[in-house]
Amino acid sequence: MGAGRGKPRALPTRPQYRASAEGGSGADPGGEAGPAWSGVGGAGDVSRPRVSGRRTGSCGLLPLPPTTAPNGSSGPSRDSVEWEGRSLLKALIKKAALGLVYYDLFRDPLNWAQTGEALPGGPLGALQAMCERTDPGPVTVALDSLSWLLLRLPCAALCQALCAMSRQHACRGGGPAAEQLCVLGLLHRELHGPGPMGALSSLAQAEVTLSGTAGQASAHMLRRRPRQRPTLETLWFSVLPDLSLDLQGGPPLESQPHPDPHTPQVDPASHLTFNLHLSKREREAKDSLTLPFQFSSEKQQALLRPGPSPATSRIFYEPDAFDDLDPEDPDGDLDV
Amino acid sequence: MFPELNNLLNTTPDRAEQGKLTLLCDANTDGSFLVHHFLSFYLKANCKVCFVALIQSFSHYNIVGQKLGVSLTVARECGQLVFLEGLKSSVDVFFRAQAEPHPLQFLREANAENLQPLYEFVREALKPVDDGEAAWRCPVLLVDDLSVLLSLGMGAVAVLDFIHYCRATVCWERKGNIVALVHDSGDTEDEENNILLNGLSHQSHLILRAEGLATGFCRDVHGQLRILWRTPSQPTTQRDWSLTYQYKIQDKSVSFFAKGMSPAVL
Repeated sequence: MGAGRGKPRALPTRPQYRASAEGGSGADPGGEAGPAWSGVGGAGDVSRPRVSGRRTGSCGLLPLPPTTAPNGSSGPSRDSVEWEGRSLLKALIKKAALGLVYYDLFRDPLNWAQTGEALPGGPLGALQAMCERTDPGPVTVALDSLSWLLLRLPCAALCQALCAMSRQHACRGGGPAAEQLCVLGLLHRELHGPGPMGALSSLAQAEVTLSGTAGQASAHMLRRRPRQRPTLETLWFSVLPDLSLDLQGGPPLESQPHPDPHTPQVDPASHLTFNLHLSKREREAKDSLTLPFQFSSEKQQALLRPGPSPATSRIFYEPDAFDDLDPEDPDGDLDV
Repeated sequence: MFPELNNLLNTTPDRAEQGKLTLLCDANTDGSFLVHHFLSFYLKANCKVCFVALIQSFSHYNIVGQKLGVSLTVARECGQLVFLEGLKSSVDVFFRAQAEPHPLQFLREANAENLQPLYEFVREALKPVDDGEAAWRCPVLLVDDLSVLLSLGMGAVAVLDFIHYCRATVCWERKGNIVALVHDSGDTEDEENNILLNGLSHQSHLILRAEGLATGFCRDVHGQLRILWRTPSQPTTQRDWSLTYQYKIQDKSVSFFAKGMSPAVL
């Protein structure tokens, strides 16, 4: 059940119950100006409350170190069945939410109830309409989950929609696109193949992959910044019942096996009736021995050097009475 | 209902949780004993149960239920149990007038896109009754099983949508529970089944996975059960994420023991 502690491993393409690790990070919801969070509940948890509010002030603290460039970027959080990511998503929303607008698409995403309240275009249309409705300025959109959208929409359409959202918001806000819109999405990595996962990863400036070991959850964050090397960082965390994040410094302590200094070293080759030790001369002879099948440089030279040498092998053949040797057709006696 | 399994899950019919989706999964073995357990458990817990039984006949579940102490006939007559017998009613689809909706209507349509008729049936069956009588405790939807819907031509996303709507109605709106069985063929090429299984796993609160033993069949140990809690109901410092037990199915009960501790071995 354990996973590598801080070591990036290959993304599993088969569904499995083992936790596995790869990097990724949730998003910074914009810098000091304070975001308005809009959440879209796709296939969300049943217990999410319905909250609506307006943008009020500066954003709260996020557990990411201040060196993170808060350029509005999309960041998928990848989780697995054993290490679920929804609680981390809720914790991140709670950490920074000051104006939270909740869009409930959980009850009737496909308009089966035919109540007439559904927006045209399905959930994606609702997402785009929501972005058009928000005030210009830094906004973060939290999606639970991106997997829901990815299963029902072509990957290209979803990626284009995400890019278009960011562009539209930037045009309305008037500022640089990077600081306007931040998208935080939850992705279940067992549900999708490497193609769609890779496509969404390439859109993202930060990825968080959740795994854990020994009951302790970890988040491997991979951040890509323009013109800089990607950085990989591992944080150990737990989400408390009130949805606050508790960060721990390192992996859980493990008892290291200490060699007992008082135990004398026992030499197993002593007290035997035969001698296992080598004398100095024997050791030198052993070290200078060339193994017969080892392709050393001397052997290579010997093979490359042409010319007759007394060591060349020759075949001596004595034909008997039944042999019919024809030097021009040596295989003439074969019945083929 | 198997008392030992109740102990492992730390639950009793009186203290059954509400609003939960339980996923039953079997790999290389038959996990239907879990279905029988939950059927009798919720009937004993005085819940209204809608059972979508696509695999076996009513009499089969009734016979097993009687061994576990519940009578499905009585429950159906008094309205506690709404039983959709897939094997019998699938034939009715073809003999009904086309205009009448039928829960298994997708069998008749060439390009059935979704399972909305089946969802409407479930919603109608578990509708709260306001006639003033002692109402049942909470609605429960039991499905045996979902993998057969894939074999009948529905896509994994359609089945996920069906469960999504059932969750919205049964778990969230009416504070009930859902228990569904999905087979895990172990075949990595069966993408639809894997999508269904993983998609449901991410939505579940509790996953019970019955696996065959890796070493093969055994007379005294019939398999291994993995219990995975995805969202612990009580956040404690010591989280029981996952427990694994081995089991042996007997005539009227199932005994569970820790790995390697079968009574036949000790």
